[in-house]
Amino acid sequence: MIRALALALALLPLPAGAESIVAGLSQSSVSITADYAGSEILIYGAVKREAPIAPGRTLRVVITVEGPDLPVVVRRKERIGPIWANTDRLRPGPVPSFYAVASSAPLDEALTPEEDLRHGVTLARVLRSEEPTSQPFMDAILRIGTAEERYFTQENSIALTEETLFRTDVALPAALTEGNYTVRLFLTRDGEVLDTVKRTIWVRKAGLERFIFESAHQQPLLYGLASLLIAGFAGWAASALFQRMRW
Amino acid sequence: MQLYLPIAEVAVNAYALVGIGGLVGFLSGLFGVGGGFLITPLLIFIGVPPGVAVATGSNQVVASSISGVLAQFKRKAVDIRMGVVLLSGGLIGSGIGIWVFARLTAIGQVDLFVSLAYVVFLGIVGAMMMQESLRALWRARRAGGVVVRRAHVHTWVHGMPFKMKFRTSGLYISVLPPLMIGAFVGFLSAVMGVGGGFIMVPAMIYLLGMPTKVVIGTSLFQIIFTTAFTTVMHAVTSQSVDILLAVLLIVGGVVGAQFGARFGVRLKAEQLRILLAGLVLLVCFKVGLDLVLTPSELYSVTLAGRLP
Repeated sequence: MIRALALALALLPLPAGAESIVAGLSQSSVSITADYAGSEILIYGAVKREAPIAPGRTLRVVITVEGPDLPVVVRRKERIGPIWANTDRLRPGPVPSFYAVASSAPLDEALTPEEDLRHGVTLARVLRSEEPTSQPFMDAILRIGTAEERYFTQENSIALTEETLFRTDVALPAALTEGNYTVRLFLTRDGEVLDTVKRTIWVRKAGLERFIFESAHQQPLLYGLASLLIAGFAGWAASALFQRMRW
Repeated sequence: MQLYLPIAEVAVNAYALVGIGGLVGFLSGLFGVGGGFLITPLLIFIGVPPGVAVATGSNQVVASSISGVLAQFKRKAVDIRMGVVLLSGGLIGSGIGIWVFARLTAIGQVDLFVSLAYVVFLGIVGAMMMQESLRALWRARRAGGVVVRRAHVHTWVHGMPFKMKFRTSGLYISVLPPLMIGAFVGFLSAVMGVGGGFIMVPAMIYLLGMPTKVVIGTSLFQIIFTTAFTTVMHAVTSQSVDILLAVLLIVGGVVGAQFGARFGVRLKAEQLRILLAGLVLLVCFKVGLDLVLTPSELYSVTLAGRLP
């Protein structure tokens, strides 16, 4: 009986007003080669619904792109006598190496603070500390990341057409860390999250970059000796060349 | 042309790198300094992480020093025996230095220590050289260009035991002072990420009394091995040597070193020393200023488990 009821419920169409999100990426992998100088990822999708569009035009889309988490140390300088020196430090655990937020409307309109906190959408929420003494350090991570253009927020950068189709471009910087980049898409109405979808972009070094990186980590001694060999050869070659030129 | 560096994980302008290599190589050939004290700040300035800058810089110094030393060999201006003695001391000092560097990195004070070391040693060395060479130049001018020079000046150094003959330098002195100088410079080179030529050169001139023309070649000879050791150590312990970055710096560096060595022949020893002293004092002043001025950002974020 219960099973039959569950089946019946499952077969029912989406409840009236229920809306979900379908999304795609222009590319699901990025190869970092020697001439890599940043790339643009097109994120697009549509809102799937069975019922007519609810009135009010309060549908919003928020997208986050998050780079691999890396463990960091944050240090604070203080004046000791005439010089500035590191005094306090904090190890907040892994923090995103890259974080971009895009939205189809101003963020405070697209997302209520409660929903932001629940889903950890904006970086200010992600980098919140329980202890008041460590909050300045978390703020510094956000500030420095923003200054280095690893963290950014692009409000109103998503084009949402007819409350159905949306698209945006997110620029990945030239200084990119290898790893999996998570793309999260949030569909909200009146600031409440209706649906979320996750996609992954694989960022990998390729070709020469891959070879050098792997040699450096797997055969460090050989790698070190190889770099010396290159240095030695280049030094000798330049000397020999200039001697031949008798200059 | 932007180029993505696999270890540094940044994209930088390839021509800027060749230019930096060339500039540092030129100075290396001219003064017999490795140029580490210039290349590290320059690389950090264009966005290379400090750890990678130090390690890769030392690799570039190997190349420009080899290029420079071959030019000096032709002029018979390398005292190999003295170089080997300095080097044996250098390896001992370098071993101690690498340990201290790891300890300082762990407690987050390595930046401060490096900056202080730069200010103190560049300051002392620069001021001493400047004062001495200005005086020499002034004396030469007053004597109407005729300088009465002894082969070398006798100091306390010459009264120590274990004497050894260094024919190329025309010296008969104890091996202890060169060993100690080598160890001290080796220590500094590991901690500061430099070859140590800027300390080695004046120490050889003023403490050991070696003739200036031999000093540069011998210094370069010793620097090759110290920086080679440092490069391999960094490659093994922190994987922070970026070969692609090194190749670009080297291409500029080896050519620059050849120009530097040839340009140096046309200058008088005193002029050369005044120029080097000026350069050393300039870097000292810049590093000192950064320590004292209020930084625009009081916080710094570094990856845990990597060099700063």
